[in-house]
Amino acid sequence: MEEIKLMKGNEAISHAAVRCGCDGYFGYPITPQSEVMETLQELKPWETTGMVVLQAESEVSAINMVYAGAGAGKMVMTSSSSPGISLKQEGISYIAAAELPCVILNVMRGGPGLGTIQPSQADYFQSVKGGGHGDYRLIVLAPSSVQEMADFVGLGFELAFKYRNPCLILSDGVIGQMMEKVVLPPFKPRRTQEEVVAQCPWATTGKKGRARNIITSLEMAPEIMEQRNLHLLEKYRTIEENEVRFEDYHCEDADYVCVSFGSSARVCKSAAELARHEGINLGVLRPITLFPFPTKKIQELAARVKGFLTVEMSAGQMVEDVRLAVNGQKPVEFFGRQGGMVPTAEEVLDALKKQLIK
Amino acid sequence: MTTKDIIKPENLVYGKTKLLTDNVMHYCPGCSHGVIHKLIAEVIEEMGIQDRTVGVAPVGCAVFAYNYIDVDWQEAAHGRAPALATALKRLNPENVVFTYQGDGDLAAIGTAETIHACNRGENIVIFFVNNAIYGMTGGQMAPTTLEGMKTATCPYGRNTDIYGFPLKISELLAKLDGTCYVTRQSTHKTANIVRAKKAIRKAFENSMAGKGTSVVEFVSHCNTGWKMSPVQANAWMEEHMFAKYPLGDLKDTEKKHYEEPAK
Repeated sequence: MEEIKLMKGNEAISHAAVRCGCDGYFGYPITPQSEVMETLQELKPWETTGMVVLQAESEVSAINMVYAGAGAGKMVMTSSSSPGISLKQEGISYIAAAELPCVILNVMRGGPGLGTIQPSQADYFQSVKGGGHGDYRLIVLAPSSVQEMADFVGLGFELAFKYRNPCLILSDGVIGQMMEKVVLPPFKPRRTQEEVVAQCPWATTGKKGRARNIITSLEMAPEIMEQRNLHLLEKYRTIEENEVRFEDYHCEDADYVCVSFGSSARVCKSAAELARHEGINLGVLRPITLFPFPTKKIQELAARVKGFLTVEMSAGQMVEDVRLAVNGQKPVEFFGRQGGMVPTAEEVLDALKKQLIK
Repeated sequence: MTTKDIIKPENLVYGKTKLLTDNVMHYCPGCSHGVIHKLIAEVIEEMGIQDRTVGVAPVGCAVFAYNYIDVDWQEAAHGRAPALATALKRLNPENVVFTYQGDGDLAAIGTAETIHACNRGENIVIFFVNNAIYGMTGGQMAPTTLEGMKTATCPYGRNTDIYGFPLKISELLAKLDGTCYVTRQSTHKTANIVRAKKAIRKAFENSMAGKGTSVVEFVSHCNTGWKMSPVQANAWMEEHMFAKYPLGDLKDTEKKHYEEPAK
């Protein structure tokens, strides 16, 4: 029988990391995600699985520890919240450029600047458009429940290693802090060093029995650098073809569709229930992968619905990608709350009526 | 006796270590990076640790160090090498891990990473080449630039009222409880090369014995950035650099290991 636990999203991340065979976590405290490292320190996985847990001197240092661990072929991760994720962007760009697998968790809080410790979704652009320098993409998973926090650690590592690309779990203060029931993944042993060497022949494990490996993002010849860029682009296209994930909540008969991710998608589901009581056929499309974005699904919906309302805890960021997908075929409106405020289902329904149904 | 008779293998008294690749070095003529690379490569080979050594290259002149020493390498972002080395060593404790950094990388942009890796007593080796200037970017002021010394960004000389003082980072690192061995060497004369090589070996041995962080500083010159001939630069280094950065061991001990407090 499944073992059901009650815990915070942040705690579920830590339990899942240990259970899926993670080799190392490197972090720095920041609200609202400090429970991730606190839970790991309490669990003492170095005594059971051998997982390394280290509190670094800064987010910058933590992401560079992840860069090195990923370069050594290890399953490594870090977590932070918005201002800390900004600090990590240099390292994330290097990791993406060197094509290394890792998992990064962002439990978003309101910004800009020091902002607030309350939940927000205003790091969408940073996450999906490339928060660091250069042309690169992250695989971005957006959990909307504690269960998905637990599930996406394993999924994140799976995708990261499949494509040798960093995977970002883009959560927010609601999902990180709330307690829900969760079924944790079964225990999977960490890979042995022999398995790491076999699985990652490119890793800096020591050159025993092979030519040396060099992990670098530096290339002085523009002709070769362009080829590296084109190779990355091709990889991102493959990810777009294979890895789109979304939840379709009553879109089958919908006249109107809310497009929303993470915690605001939960509010939209409640709004859809309210709307249907009033005879308005409202569905919710919840992108689970923000990159790759469910463009095709939105295009399919655009052919048959009357309009879209994108709901985000931001000034309107994902709405730009929804508009690109809809390409003017149907109206795409936006409703959002900012600064740590979470929208209510009534507000969403009201916005739908005012902006779309009229 | 002809040259052909002399160059027989049995007459060979010295050879290039196999761990130094045949890639043509990009360093300027007169630069000490080549000598330091060679010494590190020789020590790694002599200790037989080439199959488990991982180097971390900096941003700066030595950014291409990975082209020259035949071990696994990871290229760090500017200043972050000690963070990388920390993770590499902790995740694979059987590996021998070293960083190779310049003064801007280690003592300016990477000060936090350097101090905290040393303070944690990471069992890594930090090789620090101090030539008092940013070489790769064209000779700008470094944290270790001497008082009054001219660079591209202090063309009238480093004014310590404006830019502060030359940073004696090795003295600072020697004060930290996590370092076991901090030494300052040079490679401008044969006797110094011999001493530097011994220091490199000792540093590697310390890291393998889990004694703490070892820091080997090489006081060097940048004849190109200093706008001098190599001979002039060596003389200037002896007169001015050694006065501020005197050669010799700053610390030689072992870090204290944690004991659980009595209950």
